[in-house]
Amino acid sequence: MSAFENFYTQVQVWPEKPEPGVAGDRVQREKGALFYYWAGVIGNAQIGPIYLGTLGILSLVFGFFAIEIIGLNMWASVNWSPIEFVRQLPWLALEPPKPECGLCIMPPLKEGGWWLMAGFFLTMSILLWWARMYRRARVLGLGTHTAWAFASAIFLYLSLGFIRPLLMGHWSEAVPFGIFPHLDWTAAFSIRYGNLFYNPFHMLSIAFLYGSAVLFAMHGATILAVGRYGGEREVEQMIDRGTAAERAALFWRWTMGFNATMESIHRWAWWFAVLVPFTGGIGILLTGTVVDNWYLWGVQHGIAPAYPHLWPPVIDPAASGAAQ
Amino acid sequence: MAMLNFERRYRVRGGTLVGGDLFDFWVGPFYVGFFGVTTFICTAVGVAMIVYGAAIGPTWNLWQINIAPPDLKYGLAFAPLKEGGLWQIITICAIGAFVSWALRQAEISRKLGMSYHVPIAFSFAVFAYIALVVIRPVLLGAWGYGFPYGIISHLDWVSNTGYQYLHFHYNPAHMIAVTFFFTNALALSMHGSLILSAANPPKGEPVRETEYEDSFFRDAIGYSIGTLGIHRLGMFLAVSAAFWSAVCIILSGPFWTHGWPEWWNWWLNMPIWR
Repeated sequence: MSAFENFYTQVQVWPEKPEPGVAGDRVQREKGALFYYWAGVIGNAQIGPIYLGTLGILSLVFGFFAIEIIGLNMWASVNWSPIEFVRQLPWLALEPPKPECGLCIMPPLKEGGWWLMAGFFLTMSILLWWARMYRRARVLGLGTHTAWAFASAIFLYLSLGFIRPLLMGHWSEAVPFGIFPHLDWTAAFSIRYGNLFYNPFHMLSIAFLYGSAVLFAMHGATILAVGRYGGEREVEQMIDRGTAAERAALFWRWTMGFNATMESIHRWAWWFAVLVPFTGGIGILLTGTVVDNWYLWGVQHGIAPAYPHLWPPVIDPAASGAAQ
Repeated sequence: MAMLNFERRYRVRGGTLVGGDLFDFWVGPFYVGFFGVTTFICTAVGVAMIVYGAAIGPTWNLWQINIAPPDLKYGLAFAPLKEGGLWQIITICAIGAFVSWALRQAEISRKLGMSYHVPIAFSFAVFAYIALVVIRPVLLGAWGYGFPYGIISHLDWVSNTGYQYLHFHYNPAHMIAVTFFFTNALALSMHGSLILSAANPPKGEPVRETEYEDSFFRDAIGYSIGTLGIHRLGMFLAVSAAFWSAVCIILSGPFWTHGWPEWWNWWLNMPIWR
């Protein structure tokens, strides 16, 4: 087929000097910017210039502290052996304080003190980065949609590591830092509270996560498919509708009887993506605080069937009053 | 009737893959075409079978309606209707409907002079479904390995199948798939936000153009992938999530029968650590 297929198109725009960016009188950007061939094969070839600023530098410094504390604790846990550090890295963890600590703020460093400190620095880093996203949008005269979407992810992060432990009265409820350890925590958490699949907010979060994949597949593919009509210039198509926007809309109207517009598809996108961590965070906050066993909750509310008892009941060690 | 004000001049003849002009018409906003007819037949039969299965089942509770695949003893043979045969017919109808839908999308793409990105993207989702209900059951030798059709029952299947491998999070392909899903949601939120923020500036400010979008992301993270690039990235992330989901379940059983945590021993036992 001889038609234009942007699958083969490269975005190799290499002007004499890199684009400095707009509103240069208000934004003191870093000097460096360069062109990179392989970036231009997929997206823009230009990399930089970045704006650092006070918020950005502080955020990076706090983030560096957090990573450093986590990494050095992991390294210490293998007796400072560089080989074992690399070998066991996916299994290594920085664990939160023990249950005896409750919500204590000065546990011994090796018993959760480092975890609290890493969590504090990471949270500071993230919150400063949020402020930076808000400021960057305002300085350029843009809406603050990116910052508020980011806030939804921060809500999930804080629910897991701060708000729910506060509600439960134990830092030990929080997630450890580590690759496999955080997966172990997730599986153990689900089993402890009667299988999170029965948690309706977990259901919603997954539906929005899969929905986000469906939406981005649909939207990304639609825009690429009308690339030969300039469909990727979305904001222009919104203000001055061209044939790209018309064809993109009609494609879905003819396919499923309904279509978004060039603007509304991005509102669908924003809400689906934002609701993934938002509904997930609600599900986390309800678990152990309001609902102790999601399966029994599901049976009680007619969602899950009551399965027959095949084996004699086992007493949950966590419910027997013994130390967790 | 049911037409957008610019729609009439796009409603032209041609572009069909099968059937010539025979089914080249619209019903309300829907394009029909040969594959619209096959989609409709497959969907009608499949939904009727689901309703029939629910009617002979123990409950009308929407959460608990369950149409299970055949018992393992039937292997890859046809099962009696009430013992999994319904599940087999529904599966055939579903695959027929999904494939017809993809081909209908291809016809609509041709009609509108668009490339085939949408049907190609959709085919990854169809592949993930076929991996679950055909490829893996065939590799394991029984339709009983397919997942049951029901809201809670399919969740139970996911849970039980996961725990058969002790801890499914350790499945490397599952890790890749989950990472693609999360990254996809992140990229979708960043793209949606950026477009909305450019189109909805503070009161009294003009709508911003592409230069502002690029400047925002270059200021923030040092790189703006650009208007074309973000849609390539988004489509790539989304289809990769579906693809690796299919891989992670095909691996489990046909190619790996132990607990997934154990799989990682190759890393711990590499000779370079000695």
